Amino acid sequence: MMAHLPDRRKFFGRMLAGAGAMALAGCDKLSHSETFTKILSAGESLSHNAHRLLSTRKSMAQEFSEADLSPSFRSNGTSSPNSPDYHALAKNGFADWALEVGGLVEKPLKFSLTQIQQMPSRTQITRHDCVEGWSAIGKWKGTPLHEFLSLVKPKPEARFVVFYCADPMKADGTNFYYESIDMDDAYHVQTILAYALNDQTLPIKNGAPIRLRVERMLGYKQAKYLTRIELVKSFDHIAGGKGGYWEDTGYEWYAGI
Amino acid sequence: MSAKTNVEIIYRHRLPIRIMHWTNVICFTILLMSGLNIFNAHTSLYFGKSSYNGKPAVLEIKAMQTSSGELKGVSSIFGYKFNTTGVLGASTGANGKLVARAFPSWSTIPGPKWLSMARHWHFFFAWLFVINGVCYVTYAFITKHVQRDLAVTKQDRATIWQSIKDHIRFKHDTGESAKRYNVLQKIAYLSVIFILLPLVILMGWAMSPFLNSLLPGWIDLFGGRQSARTIHFIVAWLLVGFVFIHVFQVIITGLWNNLRSMITGYFKIESSHAENK
Repeated sequence: MMAHLPDRRKFFGRMLAGAGAMALAGCDKLSHSETFTKILSAGESLSHNAHRLLSTRKSMAQEFSEADLSPSFRSNGTSSPNSPDYHALAKNGFADWALEVGGLVEKPLKFSLTQIQQMPSRTQITRHDCVEGWSAIGKWKGTPLHEFLSLVKPKPEARFVVFYCADPMKADGTNFYYESIDMDDAYHVQTILAYALNDQTLPIKNGAPIRLRVERMLGYKQAKYLTRIELVKSFDHIAGGKGGYWEDTGYEWYAGI
Repeated sequence: MSAKTNVEIIYRHRLPIRIMHWTNVICFTILLMSGLNIFNAHTSLYFGKSSYNGKPAVLEIKAMQTSSGELKGVSSIFGYKFNTTGVLGASTGANGKLVARAFPSWSTIPGPKWLSMARHWHFFFAWLFVINGVCYVTYAFITKHVQRDLAVTKQDRATIWQSIKDHIRFKHDTGESAKRYNVLQKIAYLSVIFILLPLVILMGWAMSPFLNSLLPGWIDLFGGRQSARTIHFIVAWLLVGFVFIHVFQVIITGLWNNLRSMITGYFKIESSHAENK
């Protein structure tokens, strides 16, 4: 009797390991199934709705003191856009650069960097949370997005603000980074178009000349190298249709978690 | 005088408890494994408000290249380095070759490095897990399961030392006393239900930038967002530790009897009586 025990144990061990491997292979298969990933994304809408229920639209992201600043604010994603046009503008200190704000607005406008810097500004020390898990704290200065909106006057049907960027995500120079936020975030006081980081002109590695800061969202919403802003009713027709470069690859549009 | 074994079948776990127990098993397994995949996207843990505050990481799992060009997995805790090749830092991928990844593919959902998908799994099952947990606690209080079966009594407190000695010697309760949870078991269940699980959930919420804005600064009570990430990770492993001890106890106190009681509800109690005739 006892002699059989190790065999039996081995058998059960193998059964367990086999069942485990099969379950894992099943999980991987499910990850590729469209229906199943749709079911999983119920988690995203539950979180989004729960967050909306819990908070006011104006709830503020935490602001920090100078003592909390990260010694150097790391660059993530693109650190230097693979685009000759961009570098031509950078060479000239972005004097020829302009930001277009258009789409569903009464009065589309173009803003030069100097014009933007002369508008009312906001300075905030906030934490940047990357979807990967790390955080860095930086001091941003920029023009609140609502200042632009009050000039261009959004039409009532505008539901999202789309940010187009100068950095191509494909090696062949196509597939430009873009992002989108809703009107709650667009009018939020901490949502700014930043041109300075830690009291210095915004460096190229962090998104010069202008990057978006939308402080209650993860890092991938903080679009860098802005070229154009468009107010839209829906982003279905833009690029992959999911409202952002990373969203098109499978990340959640709702980046509050 | 002859010894006779008395067998008694009792109804131990009610249906809702059984369903909630197995839901919990599925949720916890998926949360752990998708969590490890998420960890693999940034394989360092810190204490503090940010990752970059001039202080070194608390824990790091990295791959390094040896002088001969081979991959080596290196894990470090508070700067103490360990070679963990094969499991942590570098492990064999689908083609049998060593690849750089913190936790090996057999321990993550999905198997490949795939942050966006791991997040979808994690957040879906997190909702299920929290809803299940709220149902359990509500049910357990309404049916007085907590008050009757889990609360530590005066008598329990008097038997702690004896219970520790019994556990060390793998001596377990039989007969009448097997109908109740012992004091260490009660303490373990209570700490998991009312301390570890709420803490792991809270630390998950603490990582959400939007939830941070509900009451700016609330996560500083725990040391900040990066501390929260570290605590989330540590508590997850404490829960794994609980599961190991729990399964070990299930096996040594009668695997089939225990399993059956969590599937059908029925638990067999054997007690030997000395009969006088």
